[in-house]
Amino acid sequence: MTADRTEVGLAIVSLVLLAAAAFAPQWLVFLLALALAKGVVVLGLVLLMRTGLVSFGQGLYFGLGAYAAALLAHWGQIGDAALMIVAGTLGAAALAAILGLLLARYREIFFAMLSLAFSMILYGLLVKSSALGSTDGFNLHAKSFAGLALSGGVERRVFFATSVVLAFLVAWLVHRFFSSHWGRLSAAIRDNELRVEYLGASVYRVVYINYVAAGALAGMGGAFAALAVGHVDPETAYWTTSGEFVFVAILGGTGNVLAPFLSAAIFEALRTVANQYAPNVWQMSLGLAMLAIIMFLPGGLWTLVRRRGRPA
Amino acid sequence: MSNLAGVVFDGVVYSSWLFLMAAGLTLIYGVMRILNIAHGSLYALGAYTAATLAGAWLAAGQAAVGTYAMLAVAALLVGLVMGPLLERGLLKWMYGKDEIVLLLITYAAFLVLEDVIKLLWGVESKMIAEPYALPGNFQIGTLAYPVYNLILIAVAIFTGLALAWALYRTQRGKLLLAVIHDREISAAMGINVDRVYLVTFTVGSMLAALGGALTAPAIAVSPGIGVEVIVLSFAVVVVGGLGSLGGAALGALMVGIVRSFAVRYWPEAELFTIYFVMAIVLIVRPKGLFSAPEARKI
Repeated sequence: MTADRTEVGLAIVSLVLLAAAAFAPQWLVFLLALALAKGVVVLGLVLLMRTGLVSFGQGLYFGLGAYAAALLAHWGQIGDAALMIVAGTLGAAALAAILGLLLARYREIFFAMLSLAFSMILYGLLVKSSALGSTDGFNLHAKSFAGLALSGGVERRVFFATSVVLAFLVAWLVHRFFSSHWGRLSAAIRDNELRVEYLGASVYRVVYINYVAAGALAGMGGAFAALAVGHVDPETAYWTTSGEFVFVAILGGTGNVLAPFLSAAIFEALRTVANQYAPNVWQMSLGLAMLAIIMFLPGGLWTLVRRRGRPA
Repeated sequence: MSNLAGVVFDGVVYSSWLFLMAAGLTLIYGVMRILNIAHGSLYALGAYTAATLAGAWLAAGQAAVGTYAMLAVAALLVGLVMGPLLERGLLKWMYGKDEIVLLLITYAAFLVLEDVIKLLWGVESKMIAEPYALPGNFQIGTLAYPVYNLILIAVAIFTGLALAWALYRTQRGKLLLAVIHDREISAAMGINVDRVYLVTFTVGSMLAALGGALTAPAIAVSPGIGVEVIVLSFAVVVVGGLGSLGGAALGALMVGIVRSFAVRYWPEAELFTIYFVMAIVLIVRPKGLFSAPEARKI
């Protein structure tokens, strides 16, 4: 075994992204910000997948986080980005804490379908509420960050830098979590839940904790995305959005906390290229890529990184 | 009062359509343990093929009555081509993987098919209203309803009965039930499980295409119609209990009628109510209404 270099990797990636926040052109900052937002959501999904659960409804928390952040500015007249991120994360965590009580009892298909149902309930509510702009959603504008007023050009860069710092923090926490007591129990639950029960651990509690953490991360990602785009709409909660998260999670694999971010960046880059040159076959390429990954690289792209990093 | 009858009738019409979709989905799940997301694409393929065939039929100057035959031909065609193609070409290689991985595989197939449809038919919407308008209207109270809706109900009931008969009254059906019960023992007893899978998937695909073909005259067939359908039929089969035909029928009725009441009395909540029903049922009966108890495997 070589030493775990994940923490070093995390630090390097974060520093590079911070440099990008300061110097990269606007379009690249935008792209990276979207990828980072998605990466945080997928990080949560990876937590669940390591427990053996696939949620087809992370759009629920992603959408909720985005709307919570946006509503703070829209109704509460609070245009502070830091508060928005807090609102998005806590809002999603609160809902996950309630729904988790129920969902932690479900497994496999039923877990996937019930979480899908909940996300579609939110979608249904958002689409039909004209106060929230129904299908069009609405724009949001954050004017300050933690009390400091921001001038026009730099705000997106500041938001992105903030997301980088926060993403670094949560990724590091999740990394520590993987090798903690709970993290190892999660992997055991994926392997054989009944035996974990027999050994005296509470499966329910582990699943619940993972679920709430995943919800909070998705909410944080939603707030990041809302700040990056400056707009929210019900599509954020639609099941195809959740499907995209699952795709990114499969693409990256669950082996490492860096995998979701790597895979989200690849995903966003590919999407941009595809939108430009081949908008009609974008979904098809996604589907084929997914099939190829499932068949030939069940551990995701991260297995390639590992193979290179470790002497055979 | 007539108002109420109208709402219930609308609900039953919607349920019939839901049932056609859900029956195929639940059949495939029951036998193969695959929750087939590509079912939505098969529905869309059925609708597009029906619109194209019926359009060609009319363009050839044939009698409009023949468009009904074209709808049926479209369903058969899509089922017979796409069913074996997907099962033999893709799913056959994946058996034995986790249910959730199989779900993802059909999701990938769904993504591919969505774009194939766009490439084949373009992004313009297709209309084929003749079969819908032809039989005229009838009255419930003061409201006029298209007779086509009655046809839809009749087809759904007939399909349900035919499936039930084939499953519970024929020898092949009993073999199928044996496979559902225990795949390995059935194979050991000499049942050709491979062929059972192929036939099941083809019939299921045909049902999805039939749902699409029968809907085509009532809507504008446009890209993305499969997306909504699939989550709806998921809701139905999960409510009914995955793999249960009776469950699919009951689930379709519940979801259909609740939706039609919502549309009438509280339109903002239309989407909300459907999934709300699903959530409530799953909370009370974690595996749906008609699920068989399962032994825990250690």
